[in-house]
Amino acid sequence: MEKYLYIALFAPIVGSLFAALFGDRPKKLITGIVTSALLFISWIASMRLLAFVDEHTTVHVKMMDWIAAGNFNVDFGFVADQVSVIMMVTVTTVSTLVHVYSIGYMSHDKGFNRYFSYLSAFVFSMMVLVMSDNFVGLFIGWEGVGLCSWLLIGHWYHKHSAAWAANEAFIMNRIADLGMLIGIFLIYWNLGSVNYDEVFANIGNLDNTTITLIGIFLFIGAMGKSAQFPLHTWLADAMEGPTPVSALIHAATMVTAGVYLVVRSYDIYMLIPNVSYFIACLGAFVAIFAASMALVNVDLKRIIAYSTLSQLGYMFVAAGLGAYWIALFHLMTHAFFKSVLFLGAGNVMHAMDDELNIKKMGGLKDSMKWTMIIMTVASLALAGIWPLAGFFSKDKILETAFSSNHYFLWFMLWIGAGMTAYYSFRLVMLVFFGEKRYEKFGFHPHEAYPYMLIAMAPLAILAVIAGFFEHPFMHYVTKLLPEYEPHVGSGTFIFLVVVTLGIALGGIALAVVKFSKGDFDEFFKKIGIYDILKNQYYIPQFYQKAICDPYAKISEFAWKKIDMKIVDATVDFIAAFIYKSGDKTRAMQTGNLSTNLKWMAFGFVVLLLAALFYRPGM
Amino acid sequence: MITLTHYLVLSAILFAIGLAGVIRRKNLLLLFFSTEIMLNAVNIGFAAVSKFYGDLTGQMVSFFIIAVAASEVAVGLGLLVLWYKRTGTIDLESMQEMKG
Repeated sequence: MEKYLYIALFAPIVGSLFAALFGDRPKKLITGIVTSALLFISWIASMRLLAFVDEHTTVHVKMMDWIAAGNFNVDFGFVADQVSVIMMVTVTTVSTLVHVYSIGYMSHDKGFNRYFSYLSAFVFSMMVLVMSDNFVGLFIGWEGVGLCSWLLIGHWYHKHSAAWAANEAFIMNRIADLGMLIGIFLIYWNLGSVNYDEVFANIGNLDNTTITLIGIFLFIGAMGKSAQFPLHTWLADAMEGPTPVSALIHAATMVTAGVYLVVRSYDIYMLIPNVSYFIACLGAFVAIFAASMALVNVDLKRIIAYSTLSQLGYMFVAAGLGAYWIALFHLMTHAFFKSVLFLGAGNVMHAMDDELNIKKMGGLKDSMKWTMIIMTVASLALAGIWPLAGFFSKDKILETAFSSNHYFLWFMLWIGAGMTAYYSFRLVMLVFFGEKRYEKFGFHPHEAYPYMLIAMAPLAILAVIAGFFEHPFMHYVTKLLPEYEPHVGSGTFIFLVVVTLGIALGGIALAVVKFSKGDFDEFFKKIGIYDILKNQYYIPQFYQKAICDPYAKISEFAWKKIDMKIVDATVDFIAAFIYKSGDKTRAMQTGNLSTNLKWMAFGFVVLLLAALFYRPGM
Repeated sequence: MITLTHYLVLSAILFAIGLAGVIRRKNLLLLFFSTEIMLNAVNIGFAAVSKFYGDLTGQMVSFFIIAVAASEVAVGLGLLVLWYKRTGTIDLESMQEMKG
């Protein structure tokens, strides 16, 4: 089995290196095909592992010693247990299809080969992240994912906005990574190991304060990657990257790393209910906060990005309330329907010459029938309509919140579910139905290549049926994760389902009815919150004013005053002094032997005097 | 009574004379003389101190110096003769080809 593990892990990096060979060449179709094929191989190996890893068997390999310094020992160890195998399968499924889709999407791009190299490297980093058996390996994957996201978001680096968004994503993540790193340091200092097995076996021996600190710092890392408030602004701006990248990074893999970390460290978070409760509250807040920003946005991809943010909030609620398997389950179903939504958005962008404003679209159903069907299905799944995937996972989270007596959290999530349904179908209505507004702007939409649609089909099918795997999934992952079953009476259960479905259908109905007649955003303008939502609660502006501008001022001060006036001046002075003294004493070398001898005698006398007067130790 | 001090003073005086010659003289031949004076000043010092402590090492070193000085003079005078044949002078001022 070990060989499958190695194949699953290393196939993507082989593809990446292969594509990198052609990095600066013009487009070569072979790079896209080879990387996709290797990803497919990785997927097969992951599926093989999924079948192999069951009740008591996990695959654990130690590839080699990595760091051995004093008492500090870290191995390059990888593990395929129930949780990481689920992540591997999710990641490789989505990535393989995204790779195939990208061949079509990027077919006219100059950086075709470069793009595939980065994309595969990204998948490799994510595989390292989920498969590592220790925190340091996880951190390497974590950073690799950050680096590749920077490369991919900034793929069109000649565009200022793309370069800026890439830097923002990278820097935001770096801030959070510091927290993560401190968490890992704390673990090592207190437990002397970073291996999951040893850490989780011994974490209970620590005092409560230390565990709390570890939990908080690790969660700060998770907040950055999973774009939780207040480090959420990068996610929406990261939509500057090519759309398949958004599908891969910002729906299925990278942002889920934070949830994965919390799920993986459940042993730590079970011991600190206060922190867990905070995670749940923050998740619920983000769920509703991000959904509200999606209500009025007119940018096709940003709406989906906010939706991702909101769904990540749901996952954190589940994880915070101790329902780790439900968090993982929602992570998986979300990965399927969200990636297909992004890919559908990619089709629309292709058809509309990269136009993103949904107010300029409308009526695309005639020219893009299949995209319309797939996106509608995915939106239904996102909204949580029975029997699609989103219903099962989201409903479980709501049940969890309700049954553990967190009625307020439940209420927020419930409102969030309504908003989700509304903005999803506002998007569908504005893009695919109604008046054909694009004609005014002179667009000639066309359906995407057939193989792009075929690549989307498996994801769309999974978005429909993934929910039915709920029970096998639960049995599978609860071998490792703690079992959790929301305890509600059957009456309450039916009530909850009805209420949740009710608000979701209500949201859909509202969007469908209002937007089939025309624009409904006027309503938000009327109640005066349109500008607030449109400007993302002025948080980016606030960051700009409160953090970036003062920081720029401090930097300028440090540059002009401290660096140039003190540091540079000192160095320049030393250099100038040496240069000048050399210039002045150059005259000594007259070439006259007599003069040289005089200088020699002079030096001899000086040394003699020095020997006379300088007696160390006297 | 002649003590160690007298020898050392003589050595120092000879050395100073040699040094002054090295600095002042322009004639290469005289420069050689001056260096010889300085070397022998040191030899006197060595011999005197050696005798004073009853240790033969100093006198041995003196012999070494005499031997080295003799060979050095042989080589030096050889070069000097060559220089004289080439330029017709043995004045120091004539050797100024390397300037800073």
